[in-house]
Amino acid sequence: MYVELNNVSKNFGHFQAVRNVSFGLEKGVLGALLGPSGSGKTTILRMIAGLENPDSGDIFLDQLRVNDIEPSRRGLGFVFQNYALFRYMTVFDNIAFGLKTQKVPRDQIRQRVEELTALIGMEGLESRYPAQLSGGQRQRVAFARALAPNPRILLLDEPFAAIDAKVRRELRSWLRGMISQLKITSIFVTHDQAEAIEVADQIIVANLGRVEQAGTPLELYRSPATPFVARFLGDSTVIGDYRVLAGFENAPEGAECAIRPEFIRIYDLQEPIQYENSVEDGEVVSLAFRGDSIETGVNVRGFVLTAFRSLEKRPLAVGQKVKVLIYRLYAFDREQALLIGNNRLDDVADGYRIGI
Amino acid sequence: MSRNRRALPGFGLSFGVTMSYVGFIVLIPMFSLTLQAVDVGFGGFWRTVTDPRILASCKVSLQCSLAAALINSVFGTMLAWVLVRYRFPGRRLIDSLVELPFALPTAVAGIALTALTVDKGWIGGPLATLGLRVAYTRLGIVVALVFITLPFVVRAVQPVLEQLPKDYEEAGRLLGAKPGRIFLRVILPEIKLALLTGFSLAFARGLGEYGSVIFIAGNKPYQTETAPLMIVTRLEEFLYGEATALAVALLAVSFIMMFFINRLQIRAAAFAGER
Amino acid sequence: MSAATTGSKAVFEAAALEATSLAAGGPAATVLKTPAAPLFSRPRPNRPAYMDEGRLLRRGLIAASFLFVFVAIILPLAAVLSRAFGHGWGPFWAAATDLFTVRALKLTLLTTVSAVAANTLFGLAAAWALTRFNFRGQGLLITLIDLPFAVSPVIAGLIFILTFGRLGWLHPLLTAWDVKIVFATPGLVLATIFVTLPFVARELIPVLAARGADEEQAAALMGAGFFRVFFEVTLPHIRWALLYSVILCAARAMGEFGAVSVVSGHLRGKTITLPLHIEILYNEHKITEPFAVAAILVFSSLLILLARNIVETVAKKERYLDVR
Repeated sequence: MYVELNNVSKNFGHFQAVRNVSFGLEKGVLGALLGPSGSGKTTILRMIAGLENPDSGDIFLDQLRVNDIEPSRRGLGFVFQNYALFRYMTVFDNIAFGLKTQKVPRDQIRQRVEELTALIGMEGLESRYPAQLSGGQRQRVAFARALAPNPRILLLDEPFAAIDAKVRRELRSWLRGMISQLKITSIFVTHDQAEAIEVADQIIVANLGRVEQAGTPLELYRSPATPFVARFLGDSTVIGDYRVLAGFENAPEGAECAIRPEFIRIYDLQEPIQYENSVEDGEVVSLAFRGDSIETGVNVRGFVLTAFRSLEKRPLAVGQKVKVLIYRLYAFDREQALLIGNNRLDDVADGYRIGI
Repeated sequence: MSRNRRALPGFGLSFGVTMSYVGFIVLIPMFSLTLQAVDVGFGGFWRTVTDPRILASCKVSLQCSLAAALINSVFGTMLAWVLVRYRFPGRRLIDSLVELPFALPTAVAGIALTALTVDKGWIGGPLATLGLRVAYTRLGIVVALVFITLPFVVRAVQPVLEQLPKDYEEAGRLLGAKPGRIFLRVILPEIKLALLTGFSLAFARGLGEYGSVIFIAGNKPYQTETAPLMIVTRLEEFLYGEATALAVALLAVSFIMMFFINRLQIRAAAFAGER
Repeated sequence: MSAATTGSKAVFEAAALEATSLAAGGPAATVLKTPAAPLFSRPRPNRPAYMDEGRLLRRGLIAASFLFVFVAIILPLAAVLSRAFGHGWGPFWAAATDLFTVRALKLTLLTTVSAVAANTLFGLAAAWALTRFNFRGQGLLITLIDLPFAVSPVIAGLIFILTFGRLGWLHPLLTAWDVKIVFATPGLVLATIFVTLPFVARELIPVLAARGADEEQAAALMGAGFFRVFFEVTLPHIRWALLYSVILCAARAMGEFGAVSVVSGHLRGKTITLPLHIEILYNEHKITEPFAVAAILVFSSLLILLARNIVETVAKKERYLDVR
């Protein structure tokens, strides 16, 4: 593992920000630390950078324990959430700063800065001040500044948070391309699951100071290890006792389950129903046009499930009685996560273990 | 595991400089005062502060500071209002001049106000014909303190008035209230805390003021001697014990004011947060 | 905001909160924090006439303000100048160039410059330590920094007499080292330092606390040492606030009377600053001299006010760099 955390914990006073976190990232991988606010993801990133000291546990970078190593000697580039560009320095001086502290000769500094401004497509803007740049340009300068001293690892704290939605999409793919081109091991923090799925090779999902699950986006999506992960990636509805649902009466016991929109089909009463005795009665409670489909909320036995209904199908109205077929669901108990299929459809009623 | 490594450099240097400086300039001298106060003891303290002449000086200081702070509450609020709400030629000049009492040495203020208010002075002359004497009376002390503490109320109230949303008054206006009523019922409650803070700061500063007051007061025992002057008098007589006792009494009042101002500002911050 | 930012930001926010809550300080504390008044452009009231408080009331209030400022501030200044120059340029010049006046002027400059320099270094160190690091007793330290504002100048002088004076507990040490503090220049400097101690620190703490430390952290991450971080990253942000506080500190140091008077011993030509010199001349019933010396200080104060306004204007112009 190129970046490795081993049982790392950090408290702020009585607040346990990070609890026994362990994970690793291979060289050249772009990892995302994903979690809601208060999940400890930024603290984890800042501990890797050395901006915070862990209370316990070890951090390894390239096999070397770095807990006691000065932040500036860890060979890191760091892009701050609001970029922390030096507002009283020009673009040139911002990018050159890290090189100056390393006493790099002046002509080499100029060469490197020119190289980087070309890389980020900002030639000719070297003498501007950060206040004279757009949000996207500032982010690119912050990126170039972090890269200038040739770090081994690049850390980015919510790199897209301060940018408006339209530019954000462009910057995401720009950054993704840039990082794969440079082949630099990178970790970025985000609270946006779509961003993590789109940009990262590996996602580490954090919640309440713990790592819930780590894996590729597809692994996390296909086999969530915890209800939290299931809910956080994709629009799952989490409900309690699922054994009341038609087709799950004989399913193994579990504390709760998550149902994804893709696992549900809605029939209006006129439509032919494939599996007559495995459907539930439901009532439409909400309809929202999502462009390519209609997001439909249906009330089934008091649970409001979210499903997508094709625009090709007959339109539904709020209050309309419908039939709801649930193909499968993720069930969780304390130790394991199970993918359980509707037992009237096939024979996987026992469920099989996934994740963990 | 090193828990002391910090993300930013310079902790040792800045912390070391700060602590040794505060230690040498503030702690050691204040410690000396405590030492001397313990030496004086409670009996000595009580004897000093109940001495009729010292008691009279404390009364003069309290009365005059209170009067000056009250006068400035009225005029300071007026100035702040005019400076924030109206645009007129000379506004910047007034805004700058209001600051002058902080920039002008107190001794200069003292002789200037004295020269102005003696019987032959530009203002003292006309007033003398009316039988009103300012210089060398308590009224003179009040005048000096009004001058010295003028900026406190203005500078406390001004920013609050600036932040006050105009729609408050407009809402009052639409409900049919008259300007005077709007001021009392809508604006005054908003600036109340700032006004009290400015008032307290002015009062506390007035209590300790020495430089300007000694020129205009005339320093007649039992009549126009202030508490800070009594400290100096006792010091010059080498009565360090009595000077210390009086200083402790004066400090106690200052600290109570400081605590009060502190509470006011916490409340003001909470109040601003609610909006 | 994630846990981590809460963690480190909490420090600054706490410091900022304390900064406001403990501004108790006193005199200049509040004033120092609100000097920015003219920095914010106030919305020009452009309301229909019937929404106004009535033209008469407005004009009345403006006139009253002019009258008040005229009587309370301009008249006293005019009184000083008329007495100083009432008998022409000659007597003024004679008083201003008098040997003792010149000595007092030099001493005033010396004490002012020393006190301002010392308090500037202290203010920078204190602001850096209090806003960039988290340690126990930060609230207590801020209270101690505020303390001089709550203490009468006379008491400020007294405590140095009690420490270093003939009966002071440190006096034996001073005799052993053959150092004289009270009734000598070091005493004047110390008393002035005490009285003006909060000015720079008090101005800088809220500015640094409000700005957060991420630029400094970015610089430190790239290997910059303390002096590089401080001079290249921090100082440009606070230079106007610093200059502003230095100006106010100088004004107060130059004019300090009570504290200096107590520790001076009034040795003419040796421990007499300009304000003390005014008192001596005044008590000798000189007609022109005290006012001539006062006039010098009046001009200095006006210059200081002018400098203050210039700094404010320039700072306002440069604020565009601060926009995020």
